[in-house]
Amino acid sequence: MNAALSQTPPAAVGTAIELRSVTKVFQTGTAGSVTALDEVSLAIRDNEFFTLLGPSGCGKTTLLRLIAGFEQVTRGDILLFGDDVAGLPPHKRPINTVFQHYALFPHMTVAENVAFGLRMLRRNKAEIRRTVETMLTLVKMPDLGERKSSQLSGGQQQRVALARALANHPRVLLLDEPLSALDLKLRQEMRLELKTLQRETGITFIFVTHDQEEALTMSDRIAVLQAGRIQQVGTPDAIYEHPANPFVANFMGETNLLSAVLGTVERDMIRCQLEGGAEVLARPVGTKAAGCRVTLSLRPERIVLTADPGSGLAGRITDCLYRGTDTSYRVKLERGPELQVYEQNVADHSHGMSVGDSVRALIAPGAARILVG
Amino acid sequence: MAERRDVVDQATWVDRFSSLPAARRSLILLSPAFALIGAFGLAPLGLILVYSFLVPGTYGGVVWELSFGAYIQFLFERDIFDGTLTFHLSYLQIGARSVILAGLAVVGCLLIGFPTAYFIATRPPGLRNVLIFLVTVPFWTNLLVRTFSMMLILRDQGPLNSILMGIGIAEKPLSLLYTDFAIGLGLLYSFLPFMVLPIYASLERIDFRLVEAAYDLYANRWRVLQRILIPLSLPGIAGGCFLVFIPSLSSFLAPDLLGGGKHLMIGNLIAQQFGTARNWPFGAAAAMILLSLVLIALMIYARQVARRERNVA
Amino acid sequence: MMAGPRTFDLKRYPGFGFIAAVCLGLLYLPLFVLVFFSFNERRSVSNWSEFSLDWYAKALANDAIRQAATNSFLVATVATISATILATAAALATTRVPRFRGLTGCYAVINSPLMVPEIVTAVALLSFLSLIGLELGVGNVMIAHTVFCLPFAYLPIRARLHGMDTALEQAAADLYADPVQTFRHVTLPMLMPGIVAGAALAFVISLDDFIITQMVASAGATTLPVYIYSQVRMGVTPEVNAVSSMLLGVSIVIVSLAVLLRKKETT
Repeated sequence: MNAALSQTPPAAVGTAIELRSVTKVFQTGTAGSVTALDEVSLAIRDNEFFTLLGPSGCGKTTLLRLIAGFEQVTRGDILLFGDDVAGLPPHKRPINTVFQHYALFPHMTVAENVAFGLRMLRRNKAEIRRTVETMLTLVKMPDLGERKSSQLSGGQQQRVALARALANHPRVLLLDEPLSALDLKLRQEMRLELKTLQRETGITFIFVTHDQEEALTMSDRIAVLQAGRIQQVGTPDAIYEHPANPFVANFMGETNLLSAVLGTVERDMIRCQLEGGAEVLARPVGTKAAGCRVTLSLRPERIVLTADPGSGLAGRITDCLYRGTDTSYRVKLERGPELQVYEQNVADHSHGMSVGDSVRALIAPGAARILVG
Repeated sequence: MAERRDVVDQATWVDRFSSLPAARRSLILLSPAFALIGAFGLAPLGLILVYSFLVPGTYGGVVWELSFGAYIQFLFERDIFDGTLTFHLSYLQIGARSVILAGLAVVGCLLIGFPTAYFIATRPPGLRNVLIFLVTVPFWTNLLVRTFSMMLILRDQGPLNSILMGIGIAEKPLSLLYTDFAIGLGLLYSFLPFMVLPIYASLERIDFRLVEAAYDLYANRWRVLQRILIPLSLPGIAGGCFLVFIPSLSSFLAPDLLGGGKHLMIGNLIAQQFGTARNWPFGAAAAMILLSLVLIALMIYARQVARRERNVA
Repeated sequence: MMAGPRTFDLKRYPGFGFIAAVCLGLLYLPLFVLVFFSFNERRSVSNWSEFSLDWYAKALANDAIRQAATNSFLVATVATISATILATAAALATTRVPRFRGLTGCYAVINSPLMVPEIVTAVALLSFLSLIGLELGVGNVMIAHTVFCLPFAYLPIRARLHGMDTALEQAAADLYADPVQTFRHVTLPMLMPGIVAGAALAFVISLDDFIITQMVASAGATTLPVYIYSQVRMGVTPEVNAVSSMLLGVSIVIVSLAVLLRKKETT
């Protein structure tokens, strides 16, 4: 029997995978080396849809390959349901992977691809046939079992790859940018399907992507990676609304990064003076006191423009770009920096504002976030 | 139970192999091929290097006695009576003939091969594949049979002479066979595919929009050929020249069958020394000289390829 | 502007088509003449009388030819099998591992039989075999052929492995296949076209070799090319044409199969 599959089942809510100070160094050529992961510690819960998000080269795929067993850690430990997996080759880990370009075996049919893992585990034929059928139905391809994988469209290949991985009932499913090869419409469809599938099967999904929108819509939790280090771990809204540092703020959608000096505290808000003198109110963070230099993150959609001269910060529109659902403006504040502002197009030319117009920018208290990093 | 132990034993053997460092695994996989090539490819070469510095035995073979006689023999003849050395040209001539004929074969192959490769590369894909297949087939068919068929063509009573007499160019059969011309033609014919295939490979990759761009910028056909097509297919041309030159230089069959054994090239000289002449050290020395020429050509070619790659990068 | 009688074809060079025709004519006319006169009824390879298969019948009934043909196929089969196995192992060793120092050296060793002129290999092997006193008859020829067939088998297999995505093997490992199962179920089936192409080329190369066999083969170990050569030296008869044509036919069939197979793979 396969040792890894005969483990005792974990508690309903436990830790599926734990990384302890994982470091991975790649030797390049004879002399140089690259640190792909630097002291990464992370706990991924059982039954969780967990996303590793970051730009290309940030180490997210390396992390996935370490968990799958294709690479060995340089330092640190990887624990799978509490057991150290060091030295355990990929074929002995109860983990399956959906590869970036699917890696379907071109010399086998769809059904043979899906059955491959179970055949390697020497399951009996009837059980294999049943599972293959169930899986192909699950991914909505019940009648395509006899096709060669090369005869499938990109979306179908993706589904087969998913069925092939799920057929083995893995404890953890790794997905390496599985949607990146699909076109936009199919990608959006698959996001929903993947999320549903995860909820129904209860398998821990570890999903790698560089697409922040994908990460936000699908994940229970997200880890943002940059340069081999974890920048922030949290739920999608926590990461979007409360980015830990400028990198996360910038990577998770558009934002205005503004440098400011902290002023006095007013009730539960603190005054932040922008360069030029304009002031906004933000929630105080930690021990930062008056006089401190900080960076603020202000999302473009949190600023409201109005022609009413009675409120907000005075400014002038310097650029205006119609974008369908919204309009993107650049507004130079009279007593502050230039801001990026998105206004929803709720009515025909709702504001009717154009370049050169004087406007007021309304910024609600707390809309600007003080970044710690 | 016994069966189970088998499975376990097999698993441990596999695990042991796959847990070896990659370099060690490679070594294990490579060793049979290396052992065979080492024993029956490289060791024999080392042996004839040694033989080339020995003294010939009376009935073939060697006497284990250090001597540079074999190399001296190329340029000088030892007088049988007083042992003085006199300079002579006959072996040098064989070397020169080999290089010249191989060079002519390269030129001939290039003159026919480039237009052919270009013509094929500009056909529609279906026809292109058929034509390339037709060029490939002789590449893999028996060189002896092909050389023999050329013999039939060039014979006094052969079809070429019949045609020449038929159209009145010649009155009586020309002696085409057993001449340097026959050897040259034989080399050209033998190694023509070696020229066409690499040139085709590089011409096929050329983006013909470049040609359109050149015409757009007022180039004429000749300028396009000279400034666009030839420079871009230079890797193929160089490869083709190398691939024709090497086997031509060391050719045995063409001079043997088409030259009638009278117009020797280095290959025949070597074979003769190991055969009827029974002077193994001299044959070994000739083989070493040929091998050095080939390695020099190889080095020049490799250096050019490396320089081109550097330029691209 | 007036259009010419023919539109300007950017790709066309006048005369190139003619040269291509000359090239193909040069390559094939001698072979046609050879085959043509093998069907000649008279004992002449230059004057045609009438169609006959007599020379083929004579050739097939000739014991020396049958012996040589048997040797040829035996040598080619053994050399192909051993060269292909060794080449497959070597190809795996040089592609399925991270680049290591000395890899270029490995290529050079494996391909060295391609770089050394045949005549040099031939006399070197002759000297070496007579020095160590190895007298295995056909066995000597088989060893020699395995050595020079190795690079021909190696190159297509390595090319195939190079083009093969390592993700497939990783996917197999991810799906619980141990290294042996991965090799059996994924690497080997994927590699098969390369192996077949390599084996076909090795077979043809072995079948065609003359010079090395001539030097290495003892009296009883004559192969077809060696036999043909001895007959050609003695004088030309349609019987030689017939044997040559058959050998030619076998080579062409095998090469065509290899080419077709590769084409089927790429489409």
